Amino acid sequence: MNMSVALPVILPLFFGALSVMFWRSHFAQRSLGVLGTGAMLLATIWLLMETWEHGHVVMEMGSWPAPFGIVLVSDMLAAIMVVLTGIIGFATAIYSLSGIGKMSEKFGYYPLLHLLLAGVNGAFLTGDIFNLYVWFEVMLVASFALLILGGERSQMEGAIKYVTLNLLSSMIFLTAIGLTYGLTGTLNMADIGAKLATVEDTGLVTVIAMLYLVAFGVKAAAFPFFFWLPASYHTPKVAVSALFAGLLTKVGVYALFRVFTLIFNQEVDYTHEILLWVAAGTMLTGVLGAAAHYEFRRILSFHIISQIGYMIMGLALFTPLALVGGVFYIMHHIIVKANLFLISGITFVMKGTHELRQMGGIYRTNPILGVLFLIPALSLAGMPPLSGFFAKFIIIRAGIEAEAYWVVAVALVVGLLTLYSMIKIWAEVFWKAQPEGVEGEIHDVSSGPMIWMWIPVIMLAMMTIAIGLYGEPIYQMALMSAEQLLDPSQYIEAVLGVQE
Amino acid sequence: MNMHSLILRTAGHFLLPLLLLFSVFLLLRGHDEPGGGFIGGLVAAAAIVLYLFSMDTESARKVLRVDPRDVLGAGMVLAVLSTIPGVFLGQPFFTAQWWEFTAPVFGDIKLSTVLIFDIGVYLVVIGSVLTIMLNLAEAED
Repeated sequence: MNMSVALPVILPLFFGALSVMFWRSHFAQRSLGVLGTGAMLLATIWLLMETWEHGHVVMEMGSWPAPFGIVLVSDMLAAIMVVLTGIIGFATAIYSLSGIGKMSEKFGYYPLLHLLLAGVNGAFLTGDIFNLYVWFEVMLVASFALLILGGERSQMEGAIKYVTLNLLSSMIFLTAIGLTYGLTGTLNMADIGAKLATVEDTGLVTVIAMLYLVAFGVKAAAFPFFFWLPASYHTPKVAVSALFAGLLTKVGVYALFRVFTLIFNQEVDYTHEILLWVAAGTMLTGVLGAAAHYEFRRILSFHIISQIGYMIMGLALFTPLALVGGVFYIMHHIIVKANLFLISGITFVMKGTHELRQMGGIYRTNPILGVLFLIPALSLAGMPPLSGFFAKFIIIRAGIEAEAYWVVAVALVVGLLTLYSMIKIWAEVFWKAQPEGVEGEIHDVSSGPMIWMWIPVIMLAMMTIAIGLYGEPIYQMALMSAEQLLDPSQYIEAVLGVQE
Repeated sequence: MNMHSLILRTAGHFLLPLLLLFSVFLLLRGHDEPGGGFIGGLVAAAAIVLYLFSMDTESARKVLRVDPRDVLGAGMVLAVLSTIPGVFLGQPFFTAQWWEFTAPVFGDIKLSTVLIFDIGVYLVVIGSVLTIMLNLAEAED
């Protein structure tokens, strides 16, 4: 029995429960935070190695056989996603040591952090569509509570928009699950995939596919359902923003990848054409929003949206190379985006504001931070030799091979605009002189308790460089996941055994 | 929050132990028949809340003896731990383990990890409901 596939879900639940038990002690909660996420990171790496070796790792929870019980399935895509969750969870836990504050800890920051990670991992690993819905709800509950930690007015406003739209998407998701169950009589995703191939009423199948597209599109902040994201992501604590930015929307993207390769793969011409338009719209609106704003985290939030577009483009083109690009893009993006948010937290401590116009001169006082910002920023814009260059390169090359020239043109323009807004942040925050009439450095962040904020930033920046310079193993993993995604029979066979 | 009602106060005193006993009965009954950890926990929490309404938050905390958040944490830990024993026997997580034996007075008894999970749920429900209720009551005072 291979328990590697269950540990990434069980461990955060366990450590979350423990940190509720020790809610009085800040020290215990912090230690459990770092220990728990560290243990989870190790468990996820183990799962990745197991999956790399066996192709699929399956566990039937409670010994109830598939397709009746709930299975946890790890294929290469899911394994990659949980490792990224482990990395971001660990980085956030370290960052929180100096970045989160005693009040948030008192109101349950650490238990919620663990719960959120359990929800994210559960969503990545489950092989049951209704169970996926449950994990989405776990994530929603935890993220709502994390959003309003601190209880400021702007947080409430953002959180209400966030929850309303996400609940709406959950309802659509639930409707789609109901219809799927009515059509196939099963909730196991592998079983649905196998049975839908024999359904004659393809019109209804397409309707259901579109319902899933809307439901996951809201979660992933894809065009035209993205507006909750820039309304809420700039309001919570920076560590929470980074966690959300890295992981939450990517769960939606993952669900799209899963559903539109495993289940809805019959009418690719129709469904994936729509996905392609969604991708182009997402890329374009996101980057235009970013170009128009002058608040650090709002710009970054809009960039999440535009980057989501690239990932969906990888899925929409539906060629092996495009899927490789999509998966590669997710890996690159999660690390880079979380890092940019973490850096915005450091500059906030220095200057006491997120408004670009009131910041400046950081490169003069703290050149290392400037360099640390430039690494993920230029990677996001796609500068070689950083991770973003290869991610964009693979996707655009796949687009040219698929002769979808207009999307390629959009993607290239968006890349240029991304560079523009990253340079805007660089010029405003780091390069220009401190504006007159505004207080300069409020805090010195290069020593003392603030030191914990630097470690994850440096760690993630090094990963960005490493993915760029030694991209081959990452590419191999993306390649393997793309092969598995394009051949869903492997997944079905791994879950249901050889009875098909 | 004191309602100053003699009837409610007297009834609250008598009902508290009865309701708590009934909640345990519901908890244990729940395996094959209606009941279980969730509903049992709600009944137990309702018992304390009734006491809170008839007396005040201070005496409600006193009758509870422990902080409801500790109850919540203990319940969660218990629930998670109950999923693990199967792993040591080479079975997947959540696989239920059963122990059957005959006790002198009670006859045949079946114990299982499912029961531990249910007790965990019971404690989580009590803990979370009371955390909310006591905090609301204190905010009103």
